[in-house]
Order: sequence, then structure tokens, then C-alpha cells
Amino acid sequence: MAVKGQRVGMEVSIAVSHAVQLARAEAVAAYPITPQTHIVEHLSSLVANGDLEAEFINVESEHSAISACIGMSAAGARTFTATSSQGLALMHEILFIASAMRFPIVMAVANRALSGPLSIWNDHGDIMAARDIGWIQVFVENGQEAFDHSIMAFKIAENYKVLLPTIVNMDGFILTHVVEALEMLDQETVDKFLPEYHPRFNLDPKHPITMGAFAMPEIFSEVKMGHQQALTASYEHILRVWEEWGKLTGRVYRPVERYRADGAKVLLLIMGSLAEVAEVAVDDLQAAGESVGLVKLRMWRPFPFKDLREAVAGAELVIVCDRALSLGGAAGPVLAEVRSALYPLAQKPAVLGFTVGLGGRDVQPETFKEIVRLARQEAAAGPTQEYFLFGVRS
Amino acid sequence: MSKPWDQFTWQEVEIGGVLTEPGSARAYKTGDWRSQHPVWTKSRCIKCGVCWTVCPEAGITEQPDGYFDMNDYCKGCGICAKECVTGCISMVPEEE
Repeated sequence: MAVKGQRVGMEVSIAVSHAVQLARAEAVAAYPITPQTHIVEHLSSLVANGDLEAEFINVESEHSAISACIGMSAAGARTFTATSSQGLALMHEILFIASAMRFPIVMAVANRALSGPLSIWNDHGDIMAARDIGWIQVFVENGQEAFDHSIMAFKIAENYKVLLPTIVNMDGFILTHVVEALEMLDQETVDKFLPEYHPRFNLDPKHPITMGAFAMPEIFSEVKMGHQQALTASYEHILRVWEEWGKLTGRVYRPVERYRADGAKVLLLIMGSLAEVAEVAVDDLQAAGESVGLVKLRMWRPFPFKDLREAVAGAELVIVCDRALSLGGAAGPVLAEVRSALYPLAQKPAVLGFTVGLGGRDVQPETFKEIVRLARQEAAAGPTQEYFLFGVRS
Repeated sequence: MSKPWDQFTWQEVEIGGVLTEPGSARAYKTGDWRSQHPVWTKSRCIKCGVCWTVCPEAGITEQPDGYFDMNDYCKGCGICAKECVTGCISMVPEEE
């Protein structure tokens, strides 16, 4: 029997900070950046008011924020931070160190375009530039999912078989600044779900160990292999945590989710909040008799190869809607990965890529309908371009 | 380290590359890097210890008889030879 949480109207950023409070985070270091600011601002208030017993370190930059998080995680604390865009970029070199040293830090990323030109609005340019940092990365679609995954991320990250930092990606403004009706959980329920954190290794003068030792060429690849294997194997543990959450709350999450996709010849594929907009387009298109469904990629790292292949099996055309560019490359990052995942299959759909909603450009259901129309044309005639930046005036 | 690095499989590497035993720096003989090393001519050495003082890597150890010699951490930089008061230290290339 699923727990029925209290239903409240709340800004999603505030809900995320409450999720972190319910998870009993012990250490937070963060620097404000739009559109993430409300998350850590509210966490700071919770700590200052004594509602969350945690160390909150104000730092002078995101580079310091993630560095302080590493230090606090090394000391054995359950650690959280949040950032966005330029902030994530400023963390960049340290992000690899956090994952290589296997610190189960949880970070909310309010996805936002990277400059330039300067933009504070939503796309996935920030996280795609940090694609290969070796963290677990999931995308959420609405406020409830942002709340749920912010709690689950700790349980996933802290598993001794996982021990990897985890990013919960949520679209900036579209999610972070919207007031949604959310189902909150009480402390007792979360405590039962998420036990106290006991680090596998931590800095303790009584038991000295070395963290972050350098590696000569003879051992570097072996350490990397261990990281790669752990990230790949985290898939099973993520699923187990999501399953437990599903039983607890009735909200079930899968690495790849499908919406009215059974038997559909054409599939839209998207990550993040725009999937809900695409649902409306799919409803309209199906009502008009078109065979169009939707596939949503929730788990980005580890990449769910098997789930993706199953989700698109039988389709003739997959239209990947990227929210970022790989300038000078063949495609948006999601398109490149989806094509790569499907390439070994004997029977595979045509895969076309349309990048949409860059730097906060509004995406309406009509956008997806137009993309489906264009993609059908392109697929029939043979694609004229490597990928399409949708809606650009020329 | 219980064995040399090039004998570890990836499964044997501790999570995050953590070294669970202290003293790993001592076990790693960084003197392997050097291309030359100091040699003391004892007849001209006055046991002043300037070489020991100026060595940036603690690569010189005082011997029981009061003379000095390099240890496994000497990287052959030659500062000791340059600063030696009596000029009793000469730098000798490593044998191939």
C-alpha cells in the first residue's frame, strides 16, 4: 500500500530543498546562480533556522563549492550542492575528481544555457558539456519527479556497490520556478527509506588512509576501469531504489519511459520537462490518426542501452529532440548517443535529430507536430542535413 | 603497497584509488627518476652538513660516522654539489 503524502502547492526549488532536508543532508556548500539560487537559498534558511542540522559553507565560487563538498564528503558527511550553467562549468575539473574518488555527493542542476551569448534560460547545454564527468545523471520531467529523485539520489549514490556522485537534472525556470501541486513525504517515511549514511572510507586521524593519490601510467587505466564498471553496474542498484520508491509512493520510474508508443511507427525521443509538452502533441497527432508515440530518456548516465533498444523496437523513424548542440559535430549529444546505441542492431529505425528550445526558446505542442511533419519528409527523401536546428529564421 | 602497481588488476584497485595503508610515499623510491647522482670524496669532506641542509628532497642522510650520502629519494638535481663548501661532491651520470 503506497504512502499518501501531504499534497501541497510549492515552488519546485523549495520542494527540492525540502527533499534535501528530509534526506537529512549533513553538509552543503553552494554558490548562488540563476535559476538554481532558490534551492540553496532556502537550504541556507533551513540551516540558519535550525530546521536542518547541517554544515552550510558559503563559498566564493562554484569551484570552491564542489571542492568543499569533496572535503566534507571525505570527512564522511552526507553532502549536497546545486548549481547551473556557468556554475557547473566552473566546477568542471573538480567534477571528475569527485567521481573518481567515489564521493556520493548529490547535486541538483537547474539546466540552463551556457554563455555566449549570455542567457539565463533553459536548455541542456550546461550538462552536455559535463557529460563525461563520470557521475550518475538522471533527468526529471516535473516538480514531483524533482522532489522524488532528490531523495532517491542519496540512496543510490551511497550504496557501497555504487559510491558515485549523482546529478538530478531539472529544467531551469520551466521546473525550478514553477509552483506545482506536489505530494510531500513525512520525515518518518523518508527515514525508513533512507538510512543514516555510513561512509565506506573517510578521513580519520585514528585510521590514516590516502585519498586522491596520484597514479602512474601502470595503474591509471585500472582505476578508470573500476570507475567505468561501477557506473555501468550502478544501473541495477538505481532500478532497485526506483522500484522500492515505486512501492512506497506509487510513483514508478524507469530508465526509458514510453508514452502511447505501442505500435507507433514514428517516435519522438526527448529528455526533461519538454516531454510533457510532447505528450500533448502525441495526443493530438494520434487523434488525427497518425502513428506517433513518445519515448522519454530518464537515465542519461549510465546510458540505458538495452531499455532504449527495446523502447524503439518496431518503430520506423525515431526523432531525437536535443536541447543542446555539439557545434561542428554531426549532431546534438542525445542524437549521437541514440544513433550509436542503435547502430549495432540488424533491424533499426531511421534516426533524425532536431535541436529545439535553445536558450529558453519556447517549445509548444505545435513545435513537435511540425518536427514530425518535417522529419517524415526528410526520412522519405533521405535526410538533407546531419541534424536540424529547429525554428531558426533564415 | 603490497605489490608493485603494474601487478594490480582493476578489480584489486581499492574504490576511488584509496590507499588503506599509510606510508606509501616511503615505499615509492622516487630516486629511480634521476639521471645523475652525487658522490662524496670523504678526504675533502668537513662534515659541515651544508649538502644535507640544502637538499630540497631530503635525499641525503647523515651516516653513523658523520659523513653524508644520498638515499633512495635523491633525484640528482645537483644542488648539493653546487653548494658544497669544499667542493667534495661531484655529480656522476647513472649507469645505463
